[in-house]
Amino acid sequence: MLTRREALLGSVLTAAAVATVGSMPAMAAVNDVAGLPREKVTLVAPPFVHAHDQVAKGGPKVVEFTMKIEEKPTVIDADGTQLNAMTYNGSIPGPLMVVHEGDYLELTLINPDTNTLAHNIDFHAATGGLGGGALTLINPGEQVTLRFKATRPGTFVYHCAPGGAMIPWHVVSGMSGAVMVLPRDGLKDEKGKPVRYDRIYYIGENDFYIPRDEQGKFKKYDSAGDNYDDTVKVMRGLIPTHVVFNGRAGSLTGENAMKAKVGETVLIVHSQANRDTRPHLIGGHGDFVWEAGKFANPPAKDMETWFIRGGSAGAALYTFRQPGVYAYVNHNLIEAVELGATAHFTVDGSWDDDLMTQVEAPKAIAS
Amino acid sequence: MPIDPVVAFGTAAAAALIGLGVSHAIDGMSPQPRGPGVLTDMVTLAPGSFDHPQPGEFLRNNHPVPAPVAKETVETPLEIMKYQVTASDYDRCVLDGACKPADSRLAGNVPATGVSFIDAQAYANWVSEKTGEAWRLPTDVEWAYAAGERFRADIEGAAGDPSDPARRWLTQYRNEAALARKPEPEPRPLGAFGANSKGVADVAGNVWEWTSTCYVHATMSDGAVASSISNCGVHVVEGFHRTYMSNFIRDGKSGGCAVGTPPDNLGFRLVHDHAGFLRAALRRLGLT
Repeated sequence: MLTRREALLGSVLTAAAVATVGSMPAMAAVNDVAGLPREKVTLVAPPFVHAHDQVAKGGPKVVEFTMKIEEKPTVIDADGTQLNAMTYNGSIPGPLMVVHEGDYLELTLINPDTNTLAHNIDFHAATGGLGGGALTLINPGEQVTLRFKATRPGTFVYHCAPGGAMIPWHVVSGMSGAVMVLPRDGLKDEKGKPVRYDRIYYIGENDFYIPRDEQGKFKKYDSAGDNYDDTVKVMRGLIPTHVVFNGRAGSLTGENAMKAKVGETVLIVHSQANRDTRPHLIGGHGDFVWEAGKFANPPAKDMETWFIRGGSAGAALYTFRQPGVYAYVNHNLIEAVELGATAHFTVDGSWDDDLMTQVEAPKAIAS
Repeated sequence: MPIDPVVAFGTAAAAALIGLGVSHAIDGMSPQPRGPGVLTDMVTLAPGSFDHPQPGEFLRNNHPVPAPVAKETVETPLEIMKYQVTASDYDRCVLDGACKPADSRLAGNVPATGVSFIDAQAYANWVSEKTGEAWRLPTDVEWAYAAGERFRADIEGAAGDPSDPARRWLTQYRNEAALARKPEPEPRPLGAFGANSKGVADVAGNVWEWTSTCYVHATMSDGAVASSISNCGVHVVEGFHRTYMSNFIRDGKSGGCAVGTPPDNLGFRLVHDHAGFLRAALRRLGLT
């Protein structure tokens, strides 16, 4: 009979043994990685997503990405309000990276010496090392390469996390993006039946906290460092001055409105690295929604509005059934209309009278 | 010596009045530029007729159609401000207690912006009272006449397809997007957008202007308006394009135009109503 001490010791030994056993395939895997096929992907700026297979062809591979960090002033609304942005690859959000479960994502992150701050990257899709943050901190003039195994299918946020008070400040200055890890056999509905998309759009939502002067006008700063003290004061109030999609109020409207056709199925990946949001497609629905973004869970169906937790990315699949202009909003309508979180889809195709018809146009009330 | 506020305000009001109706330009003749703070320069346009797409929403056979174009006539000479009402002129009204402070904090020789229809009317009433003359917002027709070649009207979506309400909507959206007008939020000094062929300055710049014309829903029959219902809680706003705003809106970006091109700023200019002036004069003389 085991004493308590022996049992404890035994459990420790067992745990150690498990760890050892567990580490052996991992060691082997590292060796295997060297033999895996490699693919180099050039990233594209959101809302667009680099070309990718929905169903993986062949076995796991190493998918190589490169991102350059860019600190630059950027205009975030029609009033010309300026954010001293920090960006992955020059865009807010950073680009969406797509791999398949079991693939290795290998990122080379470059911090050019034209920048002034140290940066890193924390992948919510990665395991260990603070999501990679512990292994990627680079000063201006440095670059680093990190590889992690995509073990869980789903949409995941990545963001800058250079320690302490720098973390939220870098995130609300624009440093976030998302990774999509697709199941090797693609997306499935709640019954396990395959579902596919004709188009994919990536929307990153940001909350910004721009300081104001004594007269209430938004202040401008020469560099990111200059705004830090003032910005933190606004951040601590937890009320954003701007809530926008893709870096700027109106960035996905007009000429830049997202496009689709009646009958096309669109996957909308939506990330928010800092704050809760609730996407809603006005005049449409979410046919299949992975609200928390994790594809091993069955999707919710027929959603009107879905909830994206701050610090996560979700995915919604919708087949357009009616032509027209659709607004895609954060359905806190104050945030959508007053603070900026509105995007548009223009959808071409034939109107379906069965789904909707104006029986009688506006006219004087019948007396 | 303490300044008597009544005297001080009286002086300011008098300064405002000095500018009234003093400088004129007849049909495209530019007046001499005036110093900042002077109430206004006027342009007088000879009567005339022109084709004018009507403001509002129009239905035919139960579906939306582009605005019908009507022959409009300005019967008497139209005396309209060459520039938009300035921030300093508007501030005099505020100082006098007759106008609410504008949302814009800009002062001096720039258009008064951040003002609603209600504010614009309050200003027109104040000027009329101070001068004993009739000053008012232009009608949509008068504004279009003065705007001349810079008048654009609504951004249209072509004829509606009764079987597909989305088509007109998409066309309109794309027409507006294709104009690719970038927001330009900061009001510029008077004259920055130049004068049109009629000598009226800053038309269709970055300040949209209130008119006295109400928003209307009209039903067409045989090319004519058969019936209409107007909503005077919403007025026609003119500038780079024609749009419609609730009377209390001061910031056009949140007041309408959910898609496309919202007005950068809301301001106004006034017309000097001679018929009204005559009536007022006759009234003063006890002749009416």
